[in-house]
Amino acid sequence: MRSIRAAAVGAVTMSLALAASACGGGSSTGGGSNDSPKTLTYWASNQGASIEVDKKVLQPELDKFEKQTGIKVKLEVVPWSDLLNRILTATTSGQGPDVLNIGNTWSASLQATGALLPWDAKNFEKIGGKDRFVDSALGSTGVEGKDPAAVPLYSMAYALYYNKQIFADAGIAKPPVTWDELIADGKKISAKGKSVLGAEGSNLSENIHHVFVFGKQHGADFFTPDGKADFTSDGVVAAVKQYVDLMAKDKVIPTGNAEYAQNQSVSDFAKGKQAMLLWQSAAANLKSQGMSEDKYGIAPVPVQSGTPGTGNQVNSMVAGINLAVFKNSHNLDGATKFVKFMTSDEEQKVLNTAYSSIPPVKAAQEDSAFTSPSNAVLKDTLAKSASALPQVADESQFETAVGTAVKELFADAAAGRPVTTESVKAKLQKAQQQMPTK
Amino acid sequence: MSSTTRAPQPPLTSRTPRSPMAPPRSFLWSRGIFLTLLTVFVLVPVYVMISSSLKPLADVTGKFRWLPSGLTFRPYIDIWSTVPLARYFVNSLIVAGAATICSVIIAVFSAYAVSRYNFRGKRVFTVTVLSTQMFPGILFLLPLFLLYVNIGNATGIALFGSRGGLILTYLTFSLPFSIWMLIGYFDSVPRDLDEAALVDGCGPLGALFRIVVPAAIPGIVAVAVYAFMTAWGEVLFASVMTNDTTRTLAVGLQGYSTLNDVYWNQIMAASLVVSVPVVAGFLLLQRYLVTGLTAGAVK
Amino acid sequence: MSTGTNMTTTTASADTGERTVRKNSPGAARGPRRTGRIRRIGLPYLLLLPALLLELLVHLVPMVIGIVMSFKELTQFYIRDWGTAPWSGFDNYKVSLDFNAPVGDALLHSFLVTVGFTLLSVGLCWLIGTAAAVFMQDTFRGRGLLRALFLVPYALPVYAAVITWVFMFQHDNGLVNHVLHDQLHLTDKPSFWLIGDNSFVALLVVSVWKGWPFAFLIVMAGLQNIPKELYEAAALDGAGMLQQIRRITLPSLRPVNQVLILVLFLWTFNDFNTPYVLFGKAAPEAADLISVHIYQASFVTWNFGTGSAMSVLLLLFLLVVTGVYLLLTSRGRKTADV
Repeated sequence: MRSIRAAAVGAVTMSLALAASACGGGSSTGGGSNDSPKTLTYWASNQGASIEVDKKVLQPELDKFEKQTGIKVKLEVVPWSDLLNRILTATTSGQGPDVLNIGNTWSASLQATGALLPWDAKNFEKIGGKDRFVDSALGSTGVEGKDPAAVPLYSMAYALYYNKQIFADAGIAKPPVTWDELIADGKKISAKGKSVLGAEGSNLSENIHHVFVFGKQHGADFFTPDGKADFTSDGVVAAVKQYVDLMAKDKVIPTGNAEYAQNQSVSDFAKGKQAMLLWQSAAANLKSQGMSEDKYGIAPVPVQSGTPGTGNQVNSMVAGINLAVFKNSHNLDGATKFVKFMTSDEEQKVLNTAYSSIPPVKAAQEDSAFTSPSNAVLKDTLAKSASALPQVADESQFETAVGTAVKELFADAAAGRPVTTESVKAKLQKAQQQMPTK
Repeated sequence: MSSTTRAPQPPLTSRTPRSPMAPPRSFLWSRGIFLTLLTVFVLVPVYVMISSSLKPLADVTGKFRWLPSGLTFRPYIDIWSTVPLARYFVNSLIVAGAATICSVIIAVFSAYAVSRYNFRGKRVFTVTVLSTQMFPGILFLLPLFLLYVNIGNATGIALFGSRGGLILTYLTFSLPFSIWMLIGYFDSVPRDLDEAALVDGCGPLGALFRIVVPAAIPGIVAVAVYAFMTAWGEVLFASVMTNDTTRTLAVGLQGYSTLNDVYWNQIMAASLVVSVPVVAGFLLLQRYLVTGLTAGAVK
Repeated sequence: MSTGTNMTTTTASADTGERTVRKNSPGAARGPRRTGRIRRIGLPYLLLLPALLLELLVHLVPMVIGIVMSFKELTQFYIRDWGTAPWSGFDNYKVSLDFNAPVGDALLHSFLVTVGFTLLSVGLCWLIGTAAAVFMQDTFRGRGLLRALFLVPYALPVYAAVITWVFMFQHDNGLVNHVLHDQLHLTDKPSFWLIGDNSFVALLVVSVWKGWPFAFLIVMAGLQNIPKELYEAAALDGAGMLQQIRRITLPSLRPVNQVLILVLFLWTFNDFNTPYVLFGKAAPEAADLISVHIYQASFVTWNFGTGSAMSVLLLLFLLVVTGVYLLLTSRGRKTADV
């Protein structure tokens, strides 16, 4: 054993010396510059049916940009499974892209790292001013009162997609407006042997998006106004329980969905196995799976009672993608130009049409391409009854902790274990204790 | 392998000995049952893989059935356009191939030193190198990334995001086990042989390459196969350290579960396409593998 | 690396014929020559240099950086320039080891799950591998084919293998439920394998499926080193099949097993790929292996300080286990091999 000790001592001394030199040389993360004005690297998120589809959508636009400005944009479409990791490592090392897409719910968390260029009035001026953008989209770009960490690029909202044929067969005349109606309709649909509503029980983000909206409808927030986690209030517990009860008690979500995490519920819907789906901007998605637009209807997500609106009548989160500039960029001017290009009215039309999202730019939203009935519902939701997820630095921990709690509750429900107010509260209590205390 | 030449055996009656005579009936029975069950266990996933890769998407996303409702080769065509599979495949080949070659060469040098020389710090070296086997990858993922970036900034050698960095990483993953295996193998090569070579005028490296290495080919092949497999399947480091142009298969295959749907038939088809060459190579080399491990691992 | 090779070649040609290999060799009696003595002493070090440098670069230095990180408060507020992150002393360790609070409690739970899983997986891999190797010691028709088949799980890329199991373990459409529920009627209703308590079983099955061929391969190699004469002698003494296995096969495999079990243990304990592909970023509680748990603690919740502290604790545990294991298993036999 002596030799092992000797080995350990030797190794540690040696590596300490090396590590010290490594640390010394490290973290020389300065500000940005304009050293390489002719190239840009752009990380796009996967918005289309596949990464290859995204490249086909984006590349012609990047070519257009190169023609206009002479700046060559190197595109990489990063899969969602890797995107946050890649951003984190880029942040840590200072070695990253110039411009990147971020999920808009990450805005505040990434803002806290200080790695993204703040969009102060001066920077916004360069891309045509802040008031070009829709307010709800701007609400999801960072902590309130701070300069936004990113600029809205695509906006999306949740809606209720329903299969017209199944509804007709079950004798349902119009889509449900309240949850009670949805559950009542569910009984008719189950009687016809179809499953009622899809959910992604093992997908943490999906869980968060839904319980957040239920929280709003119960008048509860997951964070106190000063940004502290508050997961165990009666409202939050009731909200989470109501969502899980859709499976546990009301039996509208099939138990099999508890293990869904890869959008299987969308394909269940597209295949006509399932009557309803709560999803954000699913049109392109459904089309690529062979479900044509006349087969399904689209309606606002149900509320507790009345009609969607603000406050307790919120029925969607503000979903979407933001465009951010990496502070370490060696081509800050070019990056800003690129953001201007991507958020221009013209490009907004092209891109949002391709991805069946709604432009967060006011002028582009007016375009006839976005006036179809389905887009009208989404636009309406975004304008009137959508609310941004908490813009706090701990958002990503919140998604993990609470999303996991909901996933476990779904697993309980699927296994036939009772889901009670106490069990919900216990899970949320645990989630809250896992949040950072500072 | 079973019968030896050591001939005259007294004819034993009911309790036949293990070798060279035929084993008892109960042994044959249990062997039959055990190996059949094991074969089923091993083969069912392989069968699922093959049959699913030939099913239309509606079939694989619906209720499982043993026999496809109809055969289609579409998945085998679609896999190349859903995901740039060919590029990922080439990347994986380059990364795993280079990591294997470097790892084997370096392991041969180290093992030769440990096997043939006495020097201060020998135990320290072997223990240190072997102890790296127990490092959880998650502990040094981020530090390694930082280190690569800093080396890149200081020297201009791009380690992060490049195949080079990944090759370097993977070859060290397999190095400890490879060195240890080869020490065992080299020890089993009689020293008289390389001493004779030294006397004949070869240098120590001459002795290594003319005598020891040729005699240790099975061991080296075994080590190479191991190094290749290690690099071929790694997911964690590849997901952080590669970009679109350098992405390897292990990460790239995840591209078949897209925002839309999980293309199960394509996943299976792509998995098969990328597995067939590896499995084939593996099986071709398995003879070496067993003999290689025999001396290396066992001494 | 190339420099090392060049230099050693020069050394070699400088004093050809005079050099001998010292270790335990009769030639060593010829004694050292004065010329090239330094070079000769240097040679083994040169040969080791590439391996040493690489291990330093990829394993040891990053490990030390990781240890340094574990004493810092490295959350998203500081990762951009982690040199400026405040030192937090032993706070990260305190949080990780406070088993009454949720973080520590979850870590302990994850640790226990991992220990249980590893012991079961290694045990089963070893058992199946050894049994298969022993059964296939004698030739019979189709042995070669079977041996090739058995190596397939080991040769498949991890992702391909595990994703196939995910496909088979699906609740609604998977093969496992189809067989157990629809065809054999063993369960009242289809079970969940990828969430809930059964996920532990699913993980174990996949791990064993992928892992046992390695044990099989090594044990098979080990069996070939057992002299046939031993069996023959035992047979002459009238020892039956089982006795032969117990008296000859297993004791002869001892040195092989010592290393095999250790290596399997370390690999299984640190395995990240299998649980990650099987369950994604948030594993079910019942199958919350420590590698994924730490990954989640550091990469998903952005607390690299605590994540590093957990990794260091894990490393310490593995060091102790390995040390104790080697001490216990080596005691029996004097041949202290590496």
